[in-house]
Amino acid sequence: MLTLAIDTSTTAIGVAVGRSGEVPVTAVRLDARAHTEHLAPLVEQALGEAGVSPADLDAVAVGTGPGPFTGLRVGLVTAVTMGYALGVPVHGVCSLDVLAEQALAATDSADVAEVLVATDARRREVYWARYARGEDGARALTGPAVGPAAEIPEDARRLPTAGRGPLLYPEALCSPVDGVLDVDPAVLLALAVRRAAEGVPTPVEPLYLRRPDALTTAERAAR
Amino acid sequence: MADEPLVLGIETSCDETGVGLVRGETLLFDALASSVDEHARFGGVVPEIASRAHLEAMVPTIERACREAGVALRDVDAVAVTSGPGLAGALMVGVASAKALALALGRPLYGVNHLAGHVAVDIVEHGPLPEPTLALLVSGGHSSLLLVPDVTHDVRSLGSTIDDAAGEAFDKVARVLGLPFPGGPHIDRAARDGEVVIDFPRGLTGGRDAERHRFDFSFSGLKTAVARWVAAREAAGEPVPVADVAASFQEAVTDVLTRKAVDACRTNDVGHLQIGGGVAANSRLRAMAQERCDAAGIELRVPRPKLCTDNGAMIAALGAQMVLRGRPASDLAVPADSSMPVTTVSA
Ligand SMILES: [Zn+2]
Repeated sequence: MLTLAIDTSTTAIGVAVGRSGEVPVTAVRLDARAHTEHLAPLVEQALGEAGVSPADLDAVAVGTGPGPFTGLRVGLVTAVTMGYALGVPVHGVCSLDVLAEQALAATDSADVAEVLVATDARRREVYWARYARGEDGARALTGPAVGPAAEIPEDARRLPTAGRGPLLYPEALCSPVDGVLDVDPAVLLALAVRRAAEGVPTPVEPLYLRRPDALTTAERAAR
Repeated sequence: MADEPLVLGIETSCDETGVGLVRGETLLFDALASSVDEHARFGGVVPEIASRAHLEAMVPTIERACREAGVALRDVDAVAVTSGPGLAGALMVGVASAKALALALGRPLYGVNHLAGHVAVDIVEHGPLPEPTLALLVSGGHSSLLLVPDVTHDVRSLGSTIDDAAGEAFDKVARVLGLPFPGGPHIDRAARDGEVVIDFPRGLTGGRDAERHRFDFSFSGLKTAVARWVAAREAAGEPVPVADVAASFQEAVTDVLTRKAVDACRTNDVGHLQIGGGVAANSRLRAMAQERCDAAGIELRVPRPKLCTDNGAMIAALGAQMVLRGRPASDLAVPADSSMPVTTVSA
């Protein structure tokens, strides 16, 4: 089961290529404003390093966000187009779920039963979700949602927090999980493969969480 | 002919998701998904709504184009895509999808200029482009006069709008007249019942402007003049003769466009004029252009309306020319460039 995994919901443009049960090849670039340029070359690079061609792929996995819209769409459209062109299934995974898995792996199971994920939603807000340590990974308790970091319930804000939220809003989010800032495409790959194998739904729907900013002509007239 | 290159073209610069398939100089199919109805409530194109719609429509539109054209995706020889100009977020969806196709299929990618695509599309309609050709491109996003010695690498701008695009003026005047978005077809329809009785200003056609901006356009003053005229009527408590205002406004726009286009043909000694862009669907523009071209001995070429508005066929047509003329393909790192200059045919 050779899978290509892509995530563009955080500052990292991340790609992983690998077979189930093996350590995948990854290619990652930190650049939150140039997804369109870098993603396809990173995919090409990762496939090359894995020594496989696109036609060898059995599945594509993609982080469905939430994340800044423009970059998020670049990852999603790349994944669904490749899946279509190659005739293989595409699995969508909430990107915050991936960060939660990373947070649980980076913390001690004896000390940490719950984690918070908070990523940059721009406009002085974060995308966030709360997770519990379950028997086979992170179990979502609340979210995903979007809002100011300071408005996340206080007990959740005290939890070990993954994502760039604590870097951006250290006063509201004061216990960062060290080293877990962006989505790791290798973890995304493993999670997507596991969910697909277990028959858990993996819809490829972007998690925008915000409506487009625009007023209808009627709304404008009412102002 | 089966040995001619089969090119798939993707266009997402505004609110239309277009995927066209062209073999050599023959259009096989042009699939289009539009989000225009979603924008109507907002009185104009909302970029984020357009981008979301592109993501949803992209794969289904590629699928439909291949099915209707009766070709398998793996038989595509090259992928072309609008890399600019246009709405940044919208362009990125098309560019990323095109790269994914090129990568998955192992085929070359051509990131091309949207405006050059509007010119190249006439090849699949009327055959090879006369070289040079003169093109008047008028839409909601652009108003340009181009001199085109070679659509695959030599496109020169003679002039363009210094404020609003022609199609934008149609939308804004439609709003003033209480007509729905997009304004072009509604003004065209209303004008048929009206007469040209109001002498609205023709921007950049008189005095110094006519020299300094000989081939440039300005529609902002015209739009303001219409708004003032209508407001004065309303203030006086008189009914607004919508049909007459529409006809008079449309006359002013088409007069300037055709006058400058014919002047550009004469000045550059070009015997062919091509009109493209959404405004090319305007019936008065077509009629006046035909009259003036006939009088000046210029051959007028206007593709059918569906190929004048934004579509994937125009990008496929340009891509096919790139392949046929051996132009270099784009790098997989090619960006979407929302302000790509018209002189840059491929990125
Ligand atoms: Zn256009």
